[in-house]
Amino acid sequence: MYILEVRELTKHFGGIRAVEDVSFKVKDGGIVSIIGPNGAGKTTLFNCLTGITKPTKGSIYFMENDISKFPAHKVSELGIARTFQNIRLFSEMTVMENVMVSQHTRMRYGFLSSVLQGSNFRKKEQIIKEKAFEYLELVGLEDYADTMANNLPYGSQRRLEIARALATEAKIILLDEPTAGMNPIETSEVMSLIKKIQELGKTLILIEHDMRLVMGVSDWIIVLDHGVKIAEGLPEKVKNDPLVIEAYMGRETTH
Amino acid sequence: MKPILISLFAAILFLPFKGLKAAGIMFISILILLSAVSILKKTKVIDAIKAIRIPEAGRFKAFLIPALLISFLAFPLMLKDYYIDVLIMSGIYTLLALGLNIIVGFTGLLNLGFAAFYAIGAYTYALLNTKLGLGFWTSLPISAGFAALAGLLLAIPALRLRGDYLAIVTLGFGEIVRLVLNNWDSLTNGPNGITGIAPPSLFGVSLGKLNLYYYLVFLLVLLAVIIIRRVESSRIGRAWIAIKENEIAASSMGINTTKYKLYAFAFGTFWAGVAGILFSAKMQFVSPESFTFMESILILSMIILGGLGNIYGAIIGAFILVLLPEVLREVQLYRMLILGIGLVLLMVFRPHGILGGVKGVHFRS
Repeated sequence: MYILEVRELTKHFGGIRAVEDVSFKVKDGGIVSIIGPNGAGKTTLFNCLTGITKPTKGSIYFMENDISKFPAHKVSELGIARTFQNIRLFSEMTVMENVMVSQHTRMRYGFLSSVLQGSNFRKKEQIIKEKAFEYLELVGLEDYADTMANNLPYGSQRRLEIARALATEAKIILLDEPTAGMNPIETSEVMSLIKKIQELGKTLILIEHDMRLVMGVSDWIIVLDHGVKIAEGLPEKVKNDPLVIEAYMGRETTH
Repeated sequence: MKPILISLFAAILFLPFKGLKAAGIMFISILILLSAVSILKKTKVIDAIKAIRIPEAGRFKAFLIPALLISFLAFPLMLKDYYIDVLIMSGIYTLLALGLNIIVGFTGLLNLGFAAFYAIGAYTYALLNTKLGLGFWTSLPISAGFAALAGLLLAIPALRLRGDYLAIVTLGFGEIVRLVLNNWDSLTNGPNGITGIAPPSLFGVSLGKLNLYYYLVFLLVLLAVIIIRRVESSRIGRAWIAIKENEIAASSMGINTTKYKLYAFAFGTFWAGVAGILFSAKMQFVSPESFTFMESILILSMIILGGLGNIYGAIIGAFILVLLPEVLREVQLYRMLILGIGLVLLMVFRPHGILGGVKGVHFRS
């Protein structure tokens, strides 16, 4: 069963073809990795999937809806959440509040109830806090709930981004380089976290450069180069694909 | 090095007014003061004081708030009319600062034309009262609602812009409102303003007397603080702060950023409308002169001084910037100079404002 289907997605910035005619499908509950050299269009693809930029052409079907023209907040509400390559936390908020923001579309109440703070308001705020705390526990940040987000160490900031994405209760979680700048121990922690998230029934799409992680968790790999999908398949197959090796290592020349 | 530069700066500012000798004295006295502060810092005295207070902070706060409330309630009983008058103006500016703080401090949208909404609130009551004979209490929601509506109408086109561009548009809007009030003679009586605005009355008792009016202002400020605090600590307040911190991340977490920016504009300008009606009912006179660009800048200075995004900071900032010029009235000629030096010093030592970086209520929720 496919939860996400991308058809002939194209994104041009002026004359630059960031993403060109990319199509793929994502299975419900799977872990898909998108790999490729720097500048291959991976983050642009993520931005299109989450409504941050509008694709020039093509469509994105998420649970039967074409979301390619939806604004970011609508996409998030429907159930696609993401983390950012360059960390984008709400740095002047506490760790807990960062995660509480993500419950925005799940626990709703109006302006008047926030002024009156009646039983409905208190009940919902309580649920927001409990859920936020659960997600903090999941990523192992429960002890830092009251710390300011920008005072967290780098690796924890990345995990907080994951908790915040999870707390939107999305069905698909997009992780943009979740282990960038991490040491091997932190990387393996993220690896087990990714598996834990999959066990929650979520679908994951990763952009990742750490091949050990990619080969370890993915059940499908898509390779982009210069905005074009050059290969996709099972990890074993992609690893040995000559086009992929060429994209990463360059062409073999004969002297 | 810093103390020397600062005292030199102050002395040079004073030079044209009082001559070399006074400037010299100024230089030396500020230098001594600043050196004393830095020595205190080095000897860790300040750290020690801070360390004592922190565990007591909760109890300190629980004591401070009732004490402040009681003293503010008691002020009219013991102060002269002049001081009550100044306190009323502080209250009105507190409302303005609280309103602007929602837009600039919480949501991060720079607004340089806030006096326009203050003017709209004031003129709405002035016109409703003098032309249609409507009372204060009927006009209160109408004035505030008109200001909020104006905020919304400005925000709908202006929010396509960001940062500096938004600031310029709001600045332009502020000037447009002032110029319309100045030139629409048939309605607003132009630069002569509108006179004969009735003060409010309650159960047949006129609140025109200063000490009674003081309580009205006090009550509305208290109401504003409670309401704004509650909204700040709700999902709406969190959405605002998320937008300020990182707009792309906020929209990716499901926040409709345009909608919440509009909310912020309407909610912030609503309080400017409340301040406006209080102003015109107190003065019983309005003219475009009271709503210049300088007024917008003054309100903005209040919240920057107090610390952007902090409700209590906005209150402190408003009080300082209203009270200080009055306190310094004795040294008439130099008060703006001293105020200016004070502001520069503050920005050097506490660049985020007095309460900047001190976390407000929503951080404890």
